[in-house]
Amino acid sequence: MDFYNEMTDARGAIRNHYVQYSRWLEVTPMERIARKRAEADLAFHRVGITFAVYGEEAGKERLIPFDIIPRIIPAEEWRSLEAGLRQRVKALNCFLNDIYHDREILRAGKIPEEQVLGNAQFRPVMQGVDVPEGIYAHIAGVDVVRAGAGEFYVLEDNLRVPSGVSYMLEDRKMMMRLFPELFAKYKVAPVQHYPDMLLEKLRAVAPKGVSNPTVVVLTPGAYNSAYFEHTFLAQQMGVELVEGRDLFVSKDQVYMRTTQGTHRVDVIYRRIDDDFLDPLAFRPDSALGVPGLLQAYRAGNVTLANAIGTGVADDKSIYPYVPEMIRFYLGEEPTLNNVPTYMCRKKTDLDYVLAHLPELVVKEVHGAGGYGMLVGPASTKKEIERFRKLLEARPDGYIAQPTLALSNCPTFVEEGIAPRHLDLRPFVLSGRDVEMVPGGLTRVALTKGSLVVNSSQGGGTKDTWVLEG
Amino acid sequence: MLSRTADHLFWMARYMERAESLARLLDVTWQMSLVPQSIEAANQSWKAIIVLNSLEEAFGARYQEVTAENVLRFMVCDADNHSSISSCLRMCRENAHAVRGTITSEMWETLNSTWIEARDQSFDKIFASGVGEFFEWVKLRSHLSRGVTVGTLLQDEAYHFIRLGTLLERADNTARILDVKYHVLRPQGHEETTDFYQWGALLRSVSAFENYRKVYRDVITPERVAELLILHRDLPRSLHFCLNGVVKNLEMVANRHSGETLRQAGILHARLHYARVGDILEQGLHNWLTDFMDSIYQIGDGISRDFLVPSQDSN
Repeated sequence: MDFYNEMTDARGAIRNHYVQYSRWLEVTPMERIARKRAEADLAFHRVGITFAVYGEEAGKERLIPFDIIPRIIPAEEWRSLEAGLRQRVKALNCFLNDIYHDREILRAGKIPEEQVLGNAQFRPVMQGVDVPEGIYAHIAGVDVVRAGAGEFYVLEDNLRVPSGVSYMLEDRKMMMRLFPELFAKYKVAPVQHYPDMLLEKLRAVAPKGVSNPTVVVLTPGAYNSAYFEHTFLAQQMGVELVEGRDLFVSKDQVYMRTTQGTHRVDVIYRRIDDDFLDPLAFRPDSALGVPGLLQAYRAGNVTLANAIGTGVADDKSIYPYVPEMIRFYLGEEPTLNNVPTYMCRKKTDLDYVLAHLPELVVKEVHGAGGYGMLVGPASTKKEIERFRKLLEARPDGYIAQPTLALSNCPTFVEEGIAPRHLDLRPFVLSGRDVEMVPGGLTRVALTKGSLVVNSSQGGGTKDTWVLEG
Repeated sequence: MLSRTADHLFWMARYMERAESLARLLDVTWQMSLVPQSIEAANQSWKAIIVLNSLEEAFGARYQEVTAENVLRFMVCDADNHSSISSCLRMCRENAHAVRGTITSEMWETLNSTWIEARDQSFDKIFASGVGEFFEWVKLRSHLSRGVTVGTLLQDEAYHFIRLGTLLERADNTARILDVKYHVLRPQGHEETTDFYQWGALLRSVSAFENYRKVYRDVITPERVAELLILHRDLPRSLHFCLNGVVKNLEMVANRHSGETLRQAGILHARLHYARVGDILEQGLHNWLTDFMDSIYQIGDGISRDFLVPSQDSN
């Protein structure tokens, strides 16, 4: 398979936007680079920019490897990518508002009704609930990859509690600290205002009549894999980081317990899944949530970001319909590509998938984090046969896509500098309007040939430079 | 500020102070044990440390004999002993972790790297290179964490709860060190011990040796040691100094429920402010200190009830 290389073109010449960097890399002594890499590791450890890995020894924390070769995106490419992302997220918010109200898209026959209403992520409790500005997915982390000759494809729309933005910000901070001279050579668009932008969006969706809203970040606690990010965002926005036990609901209002008594809470940026938000409404065994929260939410006295029930829009079985949503709600043609998707619940698709397993990527409809997926070309016969059985037993639990030739970028690995595959997660913020910071989190698969970039699967990150111009 | 946040800050500070005090207590015991004495007497002072921390049962379950090495192993690095220095540093770090967005990143990095270094220590190495070096390290890290707090943290509520934790813990610990050492050094209560080395070690354990010289410019006597550690207003580890700070910081965070706790702290402060060392010794130092530690416990309990873990209906 041929891969698009971010740094060099098909003839092996350095692409324009990498020329300066590549020259710098040539003249910079390897000892200096090695020293800087060690310095970065140490700093990340001391700062505790770590994530917990599920399934490993409780409380164990690991570093996400940071690669010092940036992923550079020229201004022009970013402009069209950004336009495509905004368009997509706008349409997804319209879709959520629609299916929890009038369901016009279903009545128009654009999406099969049972796909939405019968979806496990569809939340009947949200039916008819009005949310401020009609926004459900305030924070979207859309995974895009480059394939083929360099065109962008959307892999997943993460509309529940997407994480990773803290790494985007810390990676930039680290690059500026390690190699300030590079930022004199390149005009890199800043990303550090992300927390301000987020706070502004959250304040804009406060319940009606609240002029100076109190915003909080709700975390499941210190043992959550993304805890570092929760504390980071709360600190950067200057708001309280709360756990479920810090909040209580009285007469449909949410309050937090403080050293000076109780204090009303208006907007909750929650980093807890729907199921755990309110033990009275969802999982009764959840100790992370706040009893009565749903009732307060439905009464319009508190805003949740993201809203409850966004999972129905980023579900892999709904994904194939996103281009249709863009046409239906915005009357525009989608500018970003969707990956062709086989829905295994359809007999013809299933037959095709079973016949082509070694070429395809098979994903669980509700899966995330790179767990429970099959990358056909990289799998053994045994793994493929295991998936064949899974598919035959529960076809509607899976989708399949052609294996994309993910682009790669030179990366420091044990044997030196070698190309590794990567993706990109830009963050799209919606409040009164839709905004983004130029950039995102670039994840890189550090294992040779691997197409799985998730940090839980040994992926690393790179700083992402969107050039100004 | 969130009650839970204040709770973590309070305990973060307490655990760091406790680790430091423990290092000081073990250090002075170690130094005192180096002078020629009967094995029985030496073991007696090691045993006192276990008793002081109410750890007889936990210690007995893991070690057969009370020896210097066993007690040190148990109190320095034993992860199963929740009162060991290493456990205190871990708890300090865990509390800090829970509020790392509230403390400054410099504070967090200091406490986190302290824990990382402590975690990687082995007792055998510490013991082989002489425990003193390790105790110095613990003190240094505690100084560092205090310094970074004063040097970087906004002096708002967070700061006051940290100070409350530090000072309450310190008052308790100075009282404990004094209680256990005073009686070892002066078993009959009337027979003067003029063992300069031993009293010097006790003073050094609370960084008060040079201060003693400055204050009294005279030979060391047990009465003056007690007076300095209990009643001197300006000695950073004296009981009076600690209570000064407790009252001041409590006033800064006062809320609708905290009046009674502040009153209790005020009474205790007044007792120190107007006390005479002769009266205390006449009453019996041990009894007096036991009373004092009781009051400290009550104040800690009050702070917890008023600020840190309020019941829902009290709001």
